[in-house]
Amino acid sequence: MNDMSEPPQVNRLEGGRLDRARPLRFTFDGRSYTGLRGDTLASALLANGVRLMGRSFKYHRPRGPLTAGSEEPNALVELRTGDRQEPNTRATTAELYDGLSARSQNRWPSLAFDALAINDRLSPFLTAGFYYKTFMWPAAFWEKLYEPIIRRAAGLGSVSGAPDPDDYDKGFRHCDLLVIGAGPAGLMAALTAGRAGARVILADEDFEMGGRLLSERLEIGGDAADAWAAATVAELASLPNVRLMPRGTVIGAWDHGTYGVVERTGDHLAVLPDGKPRQVLWRVYAKRAILAAGATERPIAFDNNDRPGVMSAAALRTYANRYAVTAAPRVAVFTCNDDGHRTARDLHRLGVRVAAVVDTRDDAPASHDYEVLAGAQVRDTRGRRGLTFVEVTLADGGTRMLEVGALGMAGGWNPNVHLTCHQRGRPVWDEGIAAFVPGGALPPGMAVAGAANGRLSTHGALSEGAEAAVAAGTDLGFATNAELPEAEDAPVAQAPFWYVRGSERAFLDQQNDVTVKDVKLSHQEGFRAVEHLKRYTTLGMATDQGKTSNLAGLAIMAELAGKTIPGVGTTMFRPPYTPVPIATFAGRVRGRAFHPTRLTPTHRWAEAQGAPFVEAGDWLRAQWFPRPGETHWRQSVDREVAAVRAGVGVCDCTTLGKVDVQGTDAAAFLDAVYANRMSTLAPGRVRYGLMLREDGAVMDDGTAARLAPDHFVVTTTTANAGAVYRHLEFVRQCLMPDADVQLISVTEAWAQLAVAGPRSRALLERIVDPDHDLSNAAFPFMACAPVTVCGGLRARLFRISFSGELAYELAVPARYGDALMRRLMERGADLGVTPYGVEALGVMRVEKGHAAGPELDGTTTAATLGLGRMVSPAKDAIGAVLSRRPGLAEDDRRLVGVRPVDPGAKVTAGGHLMAAEGPVDAAHGQGHVTSAAYSPSVGSMIGLALLRGGADRLGERMRLVSPLTDLTVEVEVVSPHFVDPEGERLRA
Amino acid sequence: MHDLTPIAPLGGTAPREDVVGTLTLTERPDVALASVAARLGREAEVRGHLTDLLGRAPGPGEAVQGDPETGFWTGPDQWMVDAPHDTHEDLADRLEARMGEAASVTEQTDAWACLDLRGEAMEEAMARLCALDLPSMAPGTAQRTTIHHVGCFVIRRDPPDGTRIVGPRASAGSLHHAILGAMRSVA
Repeated sequence: MNDMSEPPQVNRLEGGRLDRARPLRFTFDGRSYTGLRGDTLASALLANGVRLMGRSFKYHRPRGPLTAGSEEPNALVELRTGDRQEPNTRATTAELYDGLSARSQNRWPSLAFDALAINDRLSPFLTAGFYYKTFMWPAAFWEKLYEPIIRRAAGLGSVSGAPDPDDYDKGFRHCDLLVIGAGPAGLMAALTAGRAGARVILADEDFEMGGRLLSERLEIGGDAADAWAAATVAELASLPNVRLMPRGTVIGAWDHGTYGVVERTGDHLAVLPDGKPRQVLWRVYAKRAILAAGATERPIAFDNNDRPGVMSAAALRTYANRYAVTAAPRVAVFTCNDDGHRTARDLHRLGVRVAAVVDTRDDAPASHDYEVLAGAQVRDTRGRRGLTFVEVTLADGGTRMLEVGALGMAGGWNPNVHLTCHQRGRPVWDEGIAAFVPGGALPPGMAVAGAANGRLSTHGALSEGAEAAVAAGTDLGFATNAELPEAEDAPVAQAPFWYVRGSERAFLDQQNDVTVKDVKLSHQEGFRAVEHLKRYTTLGMATDQGKTSNLAGLAIMAELAGKTIPGVGTTMFRPPYTPVPIATFAGRVRGRAFHPTRLTPTHRWAEAQGAPFVEAGDWLRAQWFPRPGETHWRQSVDREVAAVRAGVGVCDCTTLGKVDVQGTDAAAFLDAVYANRMSTLAPGRVRYGLMLREDGAVMDDGTAARLAPDHFVVTTTTANAGAVYRHLEFVRQCLMPDADVQLISVTEAWAQLAVAGPRSRALLERIVDPDHDLSNAAFPFMACAPVTVCGGLRARLFRISFSGELAYELAVPARYGDALMRRLMERGADLGVTPYGVEALGVMRVEKGHAAGPELDGTTTAATLGLGRMVSPAKDAIGAVLSRRPGLAEDDRRLVGVRPVDPGAKVTAGGHLMAAEGPVDAAHGQGHVTSAAYSPSVGSMIGLALLRGGADRLGERMRLVSPLTDLTVEVEVVSPHFVDPEGERLRA
Repeated sequence: MHDLTPIAPLGGTAPREDVVGTLTLTERPDVALASVAARLGREAEVRGHLTDLLGRAPGPGEAVQGDPETGFWTGPDQWMVDAPHDTHEDLADRLEARMGEAASVTEQTDAWACLDLRGEAMEEAMARLCALDLPSMAPGTAQRTTIHHVGCFVIRRDPPDGTRIVGPRASAGSLHHAILGAMRSVA
C-alpha cells in the first residue's frame, strides 16, 4: 500500500449520527485516511484502527483517547499547517472536515518510536517534585540551561511563531436566560423558557446539540433519545426569541450575570470564507442562567491503565452509538456501577465482542450476552503501542487474561460543577453518588439542572431543566409551564471505587503523568493540602484542568490523611473551562489595530509631504518634513528651527487638549483649578496657567483664553488632555456642584495651527480677513479674538507662543484644517513659510526653557519649575495649600539650563549632574537632565535640568554623567532661557 | 464666502460609502452638531426651548426627531442637537440666539464623525462592536458606548434597520476600520 491510498475504516459499525454519503479525507502524521461528516478526528482515527494518538507529557508513554469529549487529557494534536498550525487541540472535539491535516506532538522522531520514551524507564527518578528537587542549583543555570531542556522534553505542541492570519471577533449578546449545555436538561430548559417567549441563548460546546442523548440508546416520549433531541433543537431553531450557539463553549461565569462564550465559527471549515472570523468571543449578559453542563465519567486507576485502547466506558459507548465506531473488535469493561453494564449492552447489540464485564461488586448483575466477572478487578494491562491483554484478579484470587483491544472504565460520574465555582463557590459532597455537587453560593442568577446537579437519570435531567426554566421565567415575569415527556428514571447509586489496591504506576492524571504513587509521595513529603498536592505533583494542571483526575487524587489523599474527601476539599476551578487561543482573547485588537489612532486634520497633507509620524498617546504627529537632499533627520529639524526663528513656520497643534468652559461661575471655577488667578483676565486676552494636583505637585500647564465674561477656552498638554478633562469634570461635579459651569471638549472640533516666526504676522495678514487689525497695538501678545479667514470662514486667533517667537495659533473648524494648511503654504511661499514638526517644536521649547512632559514628571512643583510665583497667595486653589507643606516646600531643585563646555559634546536626557570633583554615585547626585536637544540657535546640544539649589548655581561647572552609557561631560549651568530671555521677540 | 475646501472625517473631499453584502456604511459630514448644557437653575427653561425646537426635550437615553433638528440626551441637563450642515452650519449661533444665557451652547460639528450603518444585518454587526443591546433599542433611543476602545454615541432612529454611530472625528479611521470588520463578519 502506498502512502496516498486510504486504508479501510476497519472499526466502523452500523448506525451513528453520520452522513455516510460524504466521505472525508484527512491526514494524520502525513498518512491519509477517510472519515465521515459527523466524525471527530478521534472517532475517525479509531474507525481506521488508529488508537495511538499522542505521547504523554512527562514519560512520553503512548496514549490514545481517554474520552470522547472536551475533558480529554491525552489525544492532543496539532491541527492545520503553516501559519494556521494550532497545538494542543483535542482530537476528541476536533470536527472532521475534508482536507484536515493533523499531527501528533511531543514525540521525536515519530509517534511509534519516540526517543524520549527513555523517560519512562527513568520514572523512578522522575517522581513528584522532581523538577523542584533536581534543578535547584546553581540558580544561573535555570534560564539558560534547565528551562530550555525541560521545555523541549516536556513540551506539548509547538506554535508556528508566525502571526495568526485569521480574524477573531468579539461580541456582546443579551438574553433573559442563558442555558449552558444542550443535553436533556438544557434542551428542556431552553424549550420551556423559549415557548414562554423569553429571550434564550442555548450554548453547547459540541457541534451537534443533544449532549449525552446523542450517545445513548434511550427513549424519550416514545422516540429514540437522539431523535427527540433533534426534534427539540428544530423547534428551538424555529423560535425567533431563541438563539442556538452550537460550537459555543461557555468558558466562565463573571460578575453581574456576564458569561464568556467562545463560538468556534470557522474551525470546522477547510477554508474560512473571506472576512469571516475563525472564532468569536461573546460576552453574554444574562438575567438568569441555567447550568446544564452534564457530568464526566471518572476512570479507575490500576497499573498501566493508560495504554491506547483504555478509555472511559461512556466514551466507548459514545464512539459506538454516536460515531458508529468501536475502538477495537474485542472489548471489555471495568466497572463499579450499573452504568458500565450499559456500555457492554450497547456494544454487544452493535455486534462488538464483549470479552467480559469486570465488576468490582460481588452482587454485580448477570447478563445473558456477555460474561460478568463479579467481585473482580483489573490488575494490569499489556501491549506496547496499544492494549492487547487485560489482567484481571478474580473474586477467588485467581488471575484471568482477557485478550481485548479496548477496555472501558466506569468509575461513576462527576457532575460538571466548574462554572458554579468561578466566583469562589465551593461544591458540596453528595454521599449518594460519591461526588461533589454544586452547593454554597452559586454565581447570582445561576441555577443548576440535571447531571451537573447530580441528577443522573434522563427523567431527572428533563424535569430539573424544566423546573429551573419555570423558576427563572417566574422571576422574570414570563408565564411558563413545562410539559415533560416520559423518560427513564432508574435509580442511580454510585459507590466510590478510586483505585485498585497495590497499584503504583496507576495513572490518575494522564495529562501530567501523575500516578497513585506520586500522590502518596506528596503526602509523605508533607504536601497535604489540596492546593499543595496540585502544585507539587501537577495533578489537575494543564489544558484539561484535571477534569478526569482531580477527584481520584483527592480521594487517595483523603485516605492517606485519614480524612473524608469533603474534609480534604477541592482545588479552585477557574475560567476558562476549556483552553482558549490567545488570538480569541485578542480579537481584532492586535497589530496596527491594537489601539485606535487619532489623526490630525492635516494628517493626509503631512503624509503627502513624506513626514514620519510619532505616537503621542493615540495621536499621530508629524515629526519633521524632509526636503530632497536631506539624509539625516537632524538636517530637517535644524532647518525647520532656523526657518521659524528667522522667517515663519506652521505646525499643527490640534492635539493640545481644548476644553470649552462656560457659565456664570466659569471664572471662579478656573480660579479653583489653576494655581494662578484667571478671574482677572479681560475678555479677548489669554493667560498661561498652571494646574496643581491636590498634593501640590504640578499636574499640567496650558492657557486660558477668555472669549466672553462667561466663556473660556482652556488648553492642556497633548498627553494630559484626557486626564485634565476628567479632573475638571470631577471638580465640577463633586467639589463645586453649586457652581454654574459647563464643560465640553472641543479638542477635535477645531484644527489649530501654530504660525510662528518674525514673519508670522505678515503671513496671517494674507489669510485673516482685512477687517481684523493684527497690528501689535490692536492685537498684542496674549490677545485672542474670533476672526474670519479666507473670505468669511469662522475662526479663532490666539497670539500665544511656544517657540518664543512672534507667534499665533489659528483655529478653524476641523474640516477646513487641511485646506487652511495648504493655503498658508501657498500664500507664504515668498515669505519662506516652512512646515515644522514636533521635533522642531521640542527643540524650540527647550531653547526657550518651557517646561513640558519630561518636566511634569509628577514630582515637580511650581517652585522647582521656576514658576513659584504663579501659586497665588491671595486665593485658594486645588493644591495650593499642600504645595506649601514642609517637605515639598523644602525641595530646592530648580529648573536650569545646561550647556557643554566643549560645544561638540553630548547632553543626554536622563543623565545625572555631579559636582565637578568627587565621587559619582547616587548619594552625590545633584539633579538630572530632563530634556535635551541640539540647538541650532546655540550651536551645541543643550539641556534642561532639575538641579538642587539650581537658582544659585548659574555659571557653575559640573559633570553630566550617564554611567549606563559611559558618558561624562563637563557642562556649565546656565539660565534655562537660551533664546531671547527677555521675551522681546514674542512681544514684537 | 470663503473658498476653502472641506474634507470629510475619513479624509476624502466626498463622503465615503462602503457596501458589504446587505450592509451599507455611510459617512455623514452633512450633519451640523451643537451641544446644549443648561445653566444652573435654568434647566426647565432650556427644556422648554428644546420642546419648542423638537416637540419634546429628550430624556435620558432618548433621541427626539424634530424638523429639521434632532436632539439627543448626553448627560444630566445636557443634550446634543443636530441639523443639516448645508442650511445650519451656524447651528450653534442659532441655538445660542434662541436660548440666550439659559444655556451654554458649543459648536460640536467637527468634533465628531457621523457614520450611518444600515441593512438587514445591522443588529448583528453592532453586536460585534459594542455592548449595547440593539434589538431592545427602539427608534428614538440614544446610548453612549465604546466601539474599538473609542467612546461613541449610538442613535437608533428610523428606518428600523439603521443606526447612527457618532464617534470622535480624529478616530474616524479606526472606527471605520472596526465597523467594516464587523460588517464583513456578518454580511
